[in-house]
Amino acid sequence: MGKPEDGEKKKKIKDVEISVPIVYGNAAFWLGKKASDYQSHKWTVYVRGATNEDLSVVVKQVVFQLHSSFNNPTRVVDSAPFELSESGWGEFEIAITLFFHNDVCEKPLNLYHHLKLYPEDESGPMSTKKPVVMESYEEIVFTEPSESFLARVQNHPAVTLPRLPAGFILPPPVPVEDESKRKRGDTKDHPLSQWFLNFSEADELLQLAAARQQVQAHIAKLKRQISMTGRNNQQFKPL
Amino acid sequence: MDAKDILGLPKTPLSITQEKKSRPQKDSQRKPDGISREVYALTGGVAPLMPSIDVSQLKRRPPSDEKITWQWLPFTSSARKDNLQLYHWVRVVNGVPPTGDYSFAKYNKSVDVIRYTDEEYEKHLTDPKWTKEETDQLFDLCERFDLRFIIIADRFPTPRTVEELKDRYYSVSRTILVARAPSPGEVAGHPLVKEPYNVTQEIERKRALSMVLSQTKHQERKDAEVLAEAKRIAESRMAARAAEEPDLPIASDIGPESAERAVGPGDTISPSNVQVPAPAAAPSTSVIADNSSTLASLRMLRVYLRTYALEQMVQAASSSAGLRTIKRVEQTLQDLEVNLKPKVPTKAVCAEHLELRKEILTLLNLQKQLQYKEAEGSSFRDGSYGDMPGSAKRSQRAADQDRTFVLDTISFGGDRGVKREQKRKGPGRASETSSSPAGAHKRPRKMKASDL
Repeated sequence: MGKPEDGEKKKKIKDVEISVPIVYGNAAFWLGKKASDYQSHKWTVYVRGATNEDLSVVVKQVVFQLHSSFNNPTRVVDSAPFELSESGWGEFEIAITLFFHNDVCEKPLNLYHHLKLYPEDESGPMSTKKPVVMESYEEIVFTEPSESFLARVQNHPAVTLPRLPAGFILPPPVPVEDESKRKRGDTKDHPLSQWFLNFSEADELLQLAAARQQVQAHIAKLKRQISMTGRNNQQFKPL
Repeated sequence: MDAKDILGLPKTPLSITQEKKSRPQKDSQRKPDGISREVYALTGGVAPLMPSIDVSQLKRRPPSDEKITWQWLPFTSSARKDNLQLYHWVRVVNGVPPTGDYSFAKYNKSVDVIRYTDEEYEKHLTDPKWTKEETDQLFDLCERFDLRFIIIADRFPTPRTVEELKDRYYSVSRTILVARAPSPGEVAGHPLVKEPYNVTQEIERKRALSMVLSQTKHQERKDAEVLAEAKRIAESRMAARAAEEPDLPIASDIGPESAERAVGPGDTISPSNVQVPAPAAAPSTSVIADNSSTLASLRMLRVYLRTYALEQMVQAASSSAGLRTIKRVEQTLQDLEVNLKPKVPTKAVCAEHLELRKEILTLLNLQKQLQYKEAEGSSFRDGSYGDMPGSAKRSQRAADQDRTFVLDTISFGGDRGVKREQKRKGPGRASETSSSPAGAHKRPRKMKASDL
């Protein structure tokens, strides 16, 4: 099964999927008085863990592909926090490619983010203090993770593990890495963290549940109506 | 004849007489000479394109100058070794009996069984499992029964299997041939030398054959299923390998949808070598019909984005719906104040979203159903064309149309349709007794001037 692996480390585990919730996007500050024609905003594009945890346990490298008008449009970031700061004037699509560690996944994953510099409300005042932030929530799903990957992330806050299949015993977790190294990787104390958006699934779930209830009620009503009409029709049906 | 008038056909007695005339002509043409009509009819009754029987040969009589008699005469056959005198009827021409051997003697063929001398036996053919006596007996029987081993096995004094007998016979013959041959090259072409008898293989083969023969229907079906499954797996593997080739990062085609999980023999499908990068925002170009195959193909991807997965599932769920329906679903979602693409796509949220979409589809279907039923009901109530099979659909287009029909019939006083009795039961008929000009019409149609 799977690719020819070297040794047991890469053994894949079926029926388990690991999901990594991430948020990717940008924050852009207007430069105000210091703005020039070609450098009106200072922006940072980044990929972070949804709860600001360190992603480097999963992600090895992130490549941001910028607009061709930038010098060296291919920017490679090898360590957490996976972000890139630049200054410019235009909005364009940035291709973000995530490269994972060898035991996580061998193929990269692509995300696309449209750089947002100008606020929704075009007529409003632009402030140099408050950035324009555009973030998207996403979850990366790894099907059939390797044993070593599973062992590494077993208790890591950045990663969501579902219920493991019955009787499944994980190998003992690898000891946590160097404290200082880990601290640097997470974005909890990031300078931009105050602007980070909060993504709560609770709201969305509530909304969906309410909608479903409405639809289900409607369906029930229709079914009653249909059966009633059917009975009415029976009276008039010719012999 | 009235019917003919009505239908507007010309009354033509002429054509009948014409038919009568042509028939006898054709008949005499068809009957061939030489064989009776009935016999000819047996072979199809029509002249063949290429006459297989030369008709002139059929009733050939022997030339009259010869005098034929039949005589009961003795004969000899080269096939008989004894001197038994047999008799049979012989066709004698002009007093001269036929010459030559008995005509069936040429069919008396037999096998050339190699006989060895005692010397040769001592030299080459001794075998721990076979005595000389047994081997001699074997060869006798072989000659007697023309190598019919089943019979030989039956007649053999000591119990031996057919395979053993065959083995002994062929190996002995082979050895003798090789021994007698001046050089090995000469006999290399001989079939006995070229393909030696392989006992174990034969036993195995016969066993397998009998197994196949004795398979029950149930087993046959199971085997067919397994084979089909294996074929599917092989195909999906091949397609997956082909899909691996174009390894582009953007908008990649997800290969086959044949990755359905089978209950029976092994799910060897999912762990494959295919790892195709999944585009986040770009829509996938493939349409996967079944939900389970969607799941399976997602599993093949190793890594994918939740939004992408949701997109796939949504597509699969709405694959049976038309574009208009999909738009209506989206409209409904908006009315319910739900994001078309969830803002926080966690596993739970995506699942709920998918379920919601499915429920909306159900809702729309039910709405359509209700519409149909109501339209049907209204047409029944009007009583106009309720007995028509297509009425429900037609009245769907506009209930008004039905009302127009009713008005028409009332004003013109004409009753359409065959079943007048039933219509009398309907409400509010103005004048039903007037005759219908178009009595033969079953389907109601727009009024024509000619109908009045």
